[in-house]
Amino acid sequence: MPAQIIETNTAAFNAVDINTITLDIIENALRNAREEMDATLFRTAMSPGIREQGDAFPLIADRRGKMIVGQFGSFLDGFLNGYEGTIEAGDMVWLSDPYSCEGAVSHNNDWLIILPIFREGRLTAWACMFGHMTDIGGKVPGSLPTDALSVFEEGIRIPPIKIYKKGELQEDILKLVLHQTRMPEWCRADLHAIIASCRVAEKRIHEICERFGDDFLASATDELLERNKRAMGHLINTAVSESKVSFEDYICDDGRGHGPYKIKCTMWRTGEKVILDFDGTDPQAMGSINFYLNENMLKMFFGIYMVMVFDPQVMFNDGFYDLVDVRIPQGSLLKPDFPAALSCRTHALGRIFDVLGALLGQGQPEFLNAAGFSSSPHLMFSGHHEDTGEWFQLFQIGFGGIPGRPWGDGADGHSLWPGFTNVPNEFLERYFPMRITEYTSLADSGGAGQNRGGNGILMTYEFLNAGIISIHDDRWFTYPWGVNGGEPGSRSRKILRKGDGSEVILPSKCDNIHVEKGDQLDYITWGGGGWGNPLKRDASLVALEVARGLVSVEAASTLYGVVLNTDGSVDIKATETKRASKVDTDKTREIFNFGPDINELRANAIAETGLAAPIAPKW
Amino acid sequence: MAYRLGVDVGGTFTDLLLIHEETGKTWRDKVPSTPQDPSIAVVNGTKAITATAGIAPSEITQFLHGTTVATNAVLEGKGAKTGLIVTNGYRQILQVARSLVPGGLAAWIVWPKPEPLAALENTVEVSGRLDGQGHEVSPVDAAQVRQALENLKGQGLEALTICLMNSYLDGRHELEIASIARDIFPDIPVSLSHEILPEMQEYERALTSVANSLVRPVMAMYVSNLRRELRALGMAGRMNLLRSDGGLMGSEKAENAPVNLLMSGPAGGVTGALWVSRKAKLDNILTLDVGGTSTDVALIENGAPRLRRETSVGHLTVRASSLDVKTVGAGGGSIAHVPELTGALRVGPESAGAVPGPACYGKGGEHPTVTDAHVVLGNLPGALLGGSFKLDRDAATQAVQTIADALSVTLEEAAQGIIDIANENIYGALRLVSVQQGYDPRDFALMGFGGAGSLHSNAVGKLMGSYPVIIPVSPGVLCATGDATTQMRYEHARSFNKGISKTSDAEVAKWLAEMKEIVHRELEDEGVARNDQIVTFEAGVRYMGQGFEVDMELALPDFEAGIGTAVLKDAFDAEHKRLFTFNLDVEHEIVNLRAVALGQGAEMPASALADGNSDPSAAVVSDHEMWVEGEKCPAKIYDRTKLRAGNNVPGPCIVCEMDSTAVILPGHVGTVDAFGNIHINPVNAA
Repeated sequence: MPAQIIETNTAAFNAVDINTITLDIIENALRNAREEMDATLFRTAMSPGIREQGDAFPLIADRRGKMIVGQFGSFLDGFLNGYEGTIEAGDMVWLSDPYSCEGAVSHNNDWLIILPIFREGRLTAWACMFGHMTDIGGKVPGSLPTDALSVFEEGIRIPPIKIYKKGELQEDILKLVLHQTRMPEWCRADLHAIIASCRVAEKRIHEICERFGDDFLASATDELLERNKRAMGHLINTAVSESKVSFEDYICDDGRGHGPYKIKCTMWRTGEKVILDFDGTDPQAMGSINFYLNENMLKMFFGIYMVMVFDPQVMFNDGFYDLVDVRIPQGSLLKPDFPAALSCRTHALGRIFDVLGALLGQGQPEFLNAAGFSSSPHLMFSGHHEDTGEWFQLFQIGFGGIPGRPWGDGADGHSLWPGFTNVPNEFLERYFPMRITEYTSLADSGGAGQNRGGNGILMTYEFLNAGIISIHDDRWFTYPWGVNGGEPGSRSRKILRKGDGSEVILPSKCDNIHVEKGDQLDYITWGGGGWGNPLKRDASLVALEVARGLVSVEAASTLYGVVLNTDGSVDIKATETKRASKVDTDKTREIFNFGPDINELRANAIAETGLAAPIAPKW
Repeated sequence: MAYRLGVDVGGTFTDLLLIHEETGKTWRDKVPSTPQDPSIAVVNGTKAITATAGIAPSEITQFLHGTTVATNAVLEGKGAKTGLIVTNGYRQILQVARSLVPGGLAAWIVWPKPEPLAALENTVEVSGRLDGQGHEVSPVDAAQVRQALENLKGQGLEALTICLMNSYLDGRHELEIASIARDIFPDIPVSLSHEILPEMQEYERALTSVANSLVRPVMAMYVSNLRRELRALGMAGRMNLLRSDGGLMGSEKAENAPVNLLMSGPAGGVTGALWVSRKAKLDNILTLDVGGTSTDVALIENGAPRLRRETSVGHLTVRASSLDVKTVGAGGGSIAHVPELTGALRVGPESAGAVPGPACYGKGGEHPTVTDAHVVLGNLPGALLGGSFKLDRDAATQAVQTIADALSVTLEEAAQGIIDIANENIYGALRLVSVQQGYDPRDFALMGFGGAGSLHSNAVGKLMGSYPVIIPVSPGVLCATGDATTQMRYEHARSFNKGISKTSDAEVAKWLAEMKEIVHRELEDEGVARNDQIVTFEAGVRYMGQGFEVDMELALPDFEAGIGTAVLKDAFDAEHKRLFTFNLDVEHEIVNLRAVALGQGAEMPASALADGNSDPSAAVVSDHEMWVEGEKCPAKIYDRTKLRAGNNVPGPCIVCEMDSTAVILPGHVGTVDAFGNIHINPVNAA
């Protein structure tokens, strides 16, 4: 039975005519309120994951729960369907269990606050925010065990409960939950920050209603949704074909030695509707890479991608949801059965974006981007300070190469996620026992192309205190693909150098790796795929990038066909000859260049990566 | 006799305002800018205005100046070629940046990949390392540094920047390397990050320091030339430049830290508007500074402009305080054109600038500009600058006719179209500072100034519903007014980074007293007597573990009396609760301390206007014709100097004065206030 909303005033909102200027003002005021939510959160939160890296997502929805501003789309539907209880003025809901809200949040670390905004007895709007907690207990620091077999190993699970009941903070619940984490102070501050940011939105909603009237807000949000639906309807009609296109990509392994896992999606249009069908996606994994994908969230991803690829001027909200039909097979990697482990879903979440981009671009390769930095790799480092005995715990997100694009080169060492930034190394060095001795993008790691894929990052951590680390990464086995003649980007690697000079290749996903004072970790992320034939890249630009240390002399010659003189300038004649000979031998290229096939990858895994190939999963 | 001279260099004109400090009597002038070397116009203008006032340049005791030299160098990509010296392992500090792709989900698809401000081929790594607490891990290896710097020779560098890891804690390695750098590159300026921005966060510190290097040679050349020329004239007074944050700084300091002047020009307009708004008793104002090449807009709420902890120029954003001003490339010199492909009418961003200028200036310009459209519509009189600058009406007509032909419309329709599109662009900029910040423009008055602000302000005010539309006194030299009336300001900040339990009132008091002495001396060096200075203190405070601090005011006597930290704790908790709705039971951390010394501004008295009645007819110069909304209307030309307080000036008309022309539209009336400002309202509301 769905949630029961208690309104003491059941009068319907009156429809009012709103002129364009007022509509624009209301839309901008809501957008601004959303930005204020972010600002409040970043200013008051404590964990670097939230306040530096922006791993938190705000949302303001209309009275029906449709997102008006935000970026992951509204997940309120899922919550309302699953919540058995009442919602009334003064209540505030807290949850983290993906299975309780149809994947509104997708692992236990994301704490979601849902605040219904009532005015004079009527539900008027919703403000929500979720943020990633550094630690919520469970078997490993960080609470994202790479080898978990069920969600019960992944820290505390919070079903939808009221943290505020009729305006009253439920202190005992808070105490109970914070007792489970290794970082209660950060969690307390971060939770308060999330609540405060929802309160900001609530205040702004009241102000807007006082200024324009409650009926105006209701009519304005209706009109904003309708406006978006019209624009998206037009875009869908022109950009999506009625014939089916499919695309498949992989998650390399499940953290338990099995893989790769396939994600497959087929897209077509029927009338005004787009269908996104994940039939053919592999069944759920035994390990924690499963991603409980909320359908509405996917609609928003799809909508935003389409807008960005074809017409960046369109403003988006939930208005177009009826135009998209998402089908995800139950029991698959993207809709696993309870109690499948979910904590390491970041890889599948990221890969979805590569899949969507490939689907949308396939029909019109001029709009197609190469495979991007489709994950957010993590490093966890924790332990007790040798001198004080105090506990420290770091959760850090890494970055990599933006893919080559029709618009140009991909950026080196950047983030595909909105609002994510790196943590300043000076901050890490001041507050954690570590030193960052090298921080650079890695030459040649971006796929060669007419538009080069961005390079991945090499970050070398020197640990100044013993502790344990966890690593979460992917694309160590399959390649970030290139398109339209571009080469794939290079794969990720992790190398631990011990004090005695020995080197260990660490798995892409691992926990409980002990490090000693003085050990060094090379954390290498993958590069973006290249776009277009590298032989068409401006030779002088290739030479310049060699001087800049972004491309090597060898790669300039072998991949770009550019021969350099000893002073670094282009040997024009030799380059022309070399490029001409390569064009002749070059067979017609496919749209996608995935690199070697899975069998070849398996055969060469140890030699190329230092790690054994994953075992093919069996169901 | 003591005089202050405010000078603002715009893209088209250089504006001057001379104030007699005791009487408040003012003189103003306007000379064409000289973009190749802006100091020429400044010197010419200084000669002209002192001649008009009948004084010798030696009687000027303070020369106050807003300049866009640094801004333009950034916008036009003409900054210095800058070398960057970084810690081993950090060569790509600007390439990787903060890894942030601006915009929402999938914004990377259309994001243009930026080029680093200091090219990678001009960036070298050096030895020497401090740890995160400021202790030395490894010393500077002079031989290695020398070798690395030698590699940069032959790159044609014009400036150098040194930014080392953790130098915000201790600048000794930067200083060591700087002395080697000065040895190898004796002729180029070296900017050190711990001096430019002594704050944690290596990327922001590097970027801001490189931006400083970028504009340093051009600013040094400009300021030293100007100083030499003015001294040659006999001007012995102090030279102060307006910073982006609206405060003044001495010209020598400005030469070394020009990153603080990137928005100097626009800041003059906002400080000038503030001066007018205080006199006109208006608290909420949108400012609209329409120059020859661009338009700057800002929002003043409750008598205070918005201050930001950063400065943005074009795509560059650095950590230096600035007033929140937005700029669009639409001005009087913006060129109208009709691209063949689309057949649409476009205005700007190309500008005819000061040379050759609009067609009507008769200096060889042939392209139709916004100013030419105004001439065609009758929004400008036959001559500007009090009659000394004749407008070539035929040339304007000829130029605008090319647009009319391309669009197959009448001459006047083409002219109106050009103005409408320019107004729409300006409207867009005003929306950025109002609607998009959640402000309703209908709650604000609109003040247009700059050479062309009053030509557009009535039409733009009508679009936005912002009334009254204010035509300030001397709108053409309002920026110079701001330069001349604002205060000297010096700020000194230090990282503190201690929990309150780990410090004491005595320790904080000692720091504050030291900092007070430093800012006092700095302003004394600038000629402001200690008695004329006001010093205030601030601390950045947060709960230990948070990433951002809240700025709290401090009182030195509290700390001397031993109650300072207790007062601060309570005040912070209260402020945190007010801002964010909650408190935490966590230690308070004092992140940094700041002392600010302010000198007194010239309290330039606004001269009151003689009272008159509502009838403005005594100020009528002649009958006139204007094209408004496709129709030719009978109109009048008024001489602003003849208007009296209380006059009601009905539209349609133009109001002319020496340096500016204002348009009042049909259906509107302008009421003259006691200081001469004109308040335009719709007739039915007036």
